[in-house]
Amino acid sequence: MTEVTSDVRVIIAVAGKDWRGELRSRQLPIGAAFFGAVTLFVFGFALGPDRAALAQAAPGLLWLALILAGMLVVSRLQQLETDDGAGEQLALYPASRGAIYLGKVTAALPFLLLLGAVLLPATAVLYSVVIGPALPALVATIVLGSFGFAAVGTFYAGLTARMRAREILLPLLLLPVIAPLLLAAVRATVAALAGDPFSEVASWLGLLAAFDLVMVAVGAATYGTVLEE
Amino acid sequence: MNRAALPVRLLGIAAVLTIGAATWYGLFVVPPDLNQGDAQRILYIHVASAWHAFFSFGLAAAASVGWLIWRNPRFDAAALAFAEVGVLFTVSTIWAGMMWGKPVWGTYWQWEDPRLVTTALLLALYLGYLLVRRLTDDPVRRATRAAAVAIIAAVDIPIVHFSVTWWRGLHQGPTFGNPETILNPPAPGAFVTALLFMLFGVILLWAWLIIRRYQLARLEWIAEEAAQRAAVGVPA
Repeated sequence: MTEVTSDVRVIIAVAGKDWRGELRSRQLPIGAAFFGAVTLFVFGFALGPDRAALAQAAPGLLWLALILAGMLVVSRLQQLETDDGAGEQLALYPASRGAIYLGKVTAALPFLLLLGAVLLPATAVLYSVVIGPALPALVATIVLGSFGFAAVGTFYAGLTARMRAREILLPLLLLPVIAPLLLAAVRATVAALAGDPFSEVASWLGLLAAFDLVMVAVGAATYGTVLEE
Repeated sequence: MNRAALPVRLLGIAAVLTIGAATWYGLFVVPPDLNQGDAQRILYIHVASAWHAFFSFGLAAAASVGWLIWRNPRFDAAALAFAEVGVLFTVSTIWAGMMWGKPVWGTYWQWEDPRLVTTALLLALYLGYLLVRRLTDDPVRRATRAAAVAIIAAVDIPIVHFSVTWWRGLHQGPTFGNPETILNPPAPGAFVTALLFMLFGVILLWAWLIIRRYQLARLEWIAEEAAQRAAVGVPA
């Protein structure tokens, strides 16, 4: 068996165990999606009933809701490893640490995409935004944004999982790092909803893709040192 | 460690004297700028701080890579010294920048200035770094976790700067001139002299702070190891 296929098997095994566990209890997908939807709802109260103002703020609010709910996803998936010392067992397997990291990133991805699938129509309904024609660009933005968030979020959730005050530390560390992701994703969403008049969606998606690649590479290289402890 | 005490003390004294003289030169010798008036005097400390802030964080990331490769506690002490002094200079940079921005730009905060936003995020990233250190008791774990955070931050900063630059570029927001080049008359001798003077003073201060913080970090590490040995009953 070559090294690459064995890494792929590790990634699938790590992601698969997380999916099975979370789909049986359904806590994570339901809890995170519900939290994201409630967040969108209370943003409405914060901004008032002005439809035009809500529609203008919609892309930023959508991404903030995705990120806040996404933090629940990545921290819950790391919690699985700290409960009963599962993470220590995982670290003892003769598998590359990079593959374990990619497995945890892969585990988070469908939950984040599910969040997007729930929150995008919720945004359309609550903030009177027409998403139909922009759908392909919006889906691409959500896929790239979710992947980048999973890459950084998995790394920081793993780093803080066994630390004191991790509930405070995770958002504090994570939010500044994903600032460029948030900026690029919101600009791409704004441009896509406006019909991309200045052809800038592709540029922002390119920036998102570059962020994803850089962060997943750094995460794969350093996650092992965090797991080693 | 007492071997180097005198040269380090002399360095500290030289830093205070140089910065004092540069402050006097910047406040009383340099004429007010035609456009910015007296506000331009803030730039000497602002620019000198900013260079050292970014320089410190680059070195903190390099020292962190050194720790992950060689696992020598000296790298961890160096990373801590660079990061902590870097935070100090970052705060100074942002503070001086806002004091300059209010009279000249008319606002403390300018979202579309990539350098301002990047510097603010740099501060947030490294405050997180210091918090990770504070919340980890075991010295080796602390060094490893902190090193990973420093490396992510160093990789993130260029992307932040690039994305904010693009944000401005694609939207044709209000464009401000480069503060270093909009001096009027364009950077005559006195302005340049004041900047270089202050820069030299800040280099001395920076070096002194780094050396002292590094020495303190080494002592802290040794004390922690001794405490751990005592806790498990191993004679020193």
